[in-house]
Amino acid sequence: MASHRDLPAGLVNQLFHNTGSSSFTEFVAAYAPELLPQRDKVLATPIGDQVPHATTIVAATFAGGVVMAGDRRATSGNIISQRDVEKVFRADDYSCMGIAGTASTGIEMARLYRVELEHYEKMEGRTLSVAGKANRLATMIRGNLGMAMQGLVVVPLFAAYDPDRDEGRIFSYDVAGGPYERDRFDAIGSGSIFARGALKKLYRDGASADDMVMTLIQALYDAADDDSATGGPDVTRKIWPIVSVIDADGYRRLTEEQVAGYVEQMLQQRLISPDGPIAPLR
Amino acid sequence: MSMPFGYASPEQIMRDKADYARKGIARGRSVVVLQYEDGILFVAPNPSRALHKISEIYDRIGFAAVGRYNEFEELRLGGIRYADINGYTYDRSDVTGRGLANLYASNLGRIFTESIKSLEVEVVVAEVGDTSDGDAIYRLTFDGSVFDEHGFAAMGGQADAVATRLKERYREGMPLADALEVALTALTEPGGERPPVAQLEVAVLDRKREHRKFLRLTGARLERLLSQTSAGGGAAQGAAEEPPGAAPGEGAGGASDASGSSGSSGSSGSSGSSGSSGSSGQAAPPADTPPPTGPEGDIDDGSSPL
Repeated sequence: MASHRDLPAGLVNQLFHNTGSSSFTEFVAAYAPELLPQRDKVLATPIGDQVPHATTIVAATFAGGVVMAGDRRATSGNIISQRDVEKVFRADDYSCMGIAGTASTGIEMARLYRVELEHYEKMEGRTLSVAGKANRLATMIRGNLGMAMQGLVVVPLFAAYDPDRDEGRIFSYDVAGGPYERDRFDAIGSGSIFARGALKKLYRDGASADDMVMTLIQALYDAADDDSATGGPDVTRKIWPIVSVIDADGYRRLTEEQVAGYVEQMLQQRLISPDGPIAPLR
Repeated sequence: MSMPFGYASPEQIMRDKADYARKGIARGRSVVVLQYEDGILFVAPNPSRALHKISEIYDRIGFAAVGRYNEFEELRLGGIRYADINGYTYDRSDVTGRGLANLYASNLGRIFTESIKSLEVEVVVAEVGDTSDGDAIYRLTFDGSVFDEHGFAAMGGQADAVATRLKERYREGMPLADALEVALTALTEPGGERPPVAQLEVAVLDRKREHRKFLRLTGARLERLLSQTSAGGGAAQGAAEEPPGAAPGEGAGGASDASGSSGSSGSSGSSGSSGSSGSSGQAAPPADTPPPTGPEGDIDDGSSPL
């Protein structure tokens, strides 16, 4: 579809009039489709390995909320292309998303998704339900399927606080969409196998936010321990994982100092026991 | 020279349109927008909880309107689309209140000149900056005029009287509770009763907030704030006494309605006898003079010998 941006942006040309929907994505698709993450052009050769890839994201619920954490590494093939990339994004006051896969597409998607949620909220005067938010994200992922087949795969992990249930909820996706609601915890990205293994042993029902942040820091360390594409805490450069907590008070990202505190505590422990905490056998 | 039957001069048409719009706007209740120490405060007496007169446009930009709901709602939605598409195309910091005010002004102006009926709305676009120097309050009238207001703005209803009361009491850098007190005093006629808490729509653009600065103040938070103001007890008391959705609002609306229609009788008569435009031009302006806007004064009122 041709772009309408050559027309003056105003109310008079009808483009800002009723589009019949409060979806920002649908509005952009009609008004300036070239702004959307490209979905119909086909690449001559897959370029998956040549563009930076984001890696491991973990999320887990706690009593009355949810925590999401992500490492800071982006890789292109065997090269570390960035040490301090940010892969956990605030979506709105009560939700966030982490991305794994092609970093550029993921960042663009996160940006669009944030506007999508806000746009609905401002137009309708109410926030989308958590299921509604999760479904919108699924549609975006499905729209990227063509590019995913060419190697530009992006898979998000979505976490939100549900005020109706007073609990955190986690949704995962695959390249064709989703969402799949996950119980308790989930991980995505290349290190997710190891992180999920760690989470399985460390997750405690009804834990506090503080304990759950520590659990995720441990899980990310275990992922970095075994997966070359996942970055561990960089002590010399002081680059720590990004940790976001969402509860009834809304979204908050832990400060560098707060995360450094958790990481330090964990590293002290790991100096004694390199494989981390040992889960009880019985 | 023969005139087609029913000919009306462009001046007459514009004047009639402006009168029509002013009357529509004056019929409702006033809305007040003013700066306080941490940002910008919006206060509107509004019995409806669902049909907002105040709303968020973007991270730093708020919107307040008076007049016909369906018309300013359309402006609001158009503004949100404009802000979101620009913020997504460039960066969130590239969406400015000035850009939005210009979009509204051009559209209001075009509709005023091109349509039979102009929009019966008056709009405030307010943007909060990092410091109070960066704050901006733009007031836009039905004909597309833009006023860059300093400190405060009042519109709708008895806008002049409200603005006068606001001007008397407004100080720079007031705390939020004081600013709310000033706004409520300005919105209340001397000796009149304050609107009850349940019928107040209050919001702020708070520069200290992260991400999105706009915040509605409702329920317990608003009542706490009102109790910090001296006359807060009175307002809360009013809420307790009045059955919901009852007298004070409707009474006020009816009163302003009546005054509007009485003021209108002169001008509607003049438009009917369009042939004798000279006499209508000399008619004294209605007692409650509407806020000065573009066409007022500039247009040919028929009294000029030329």
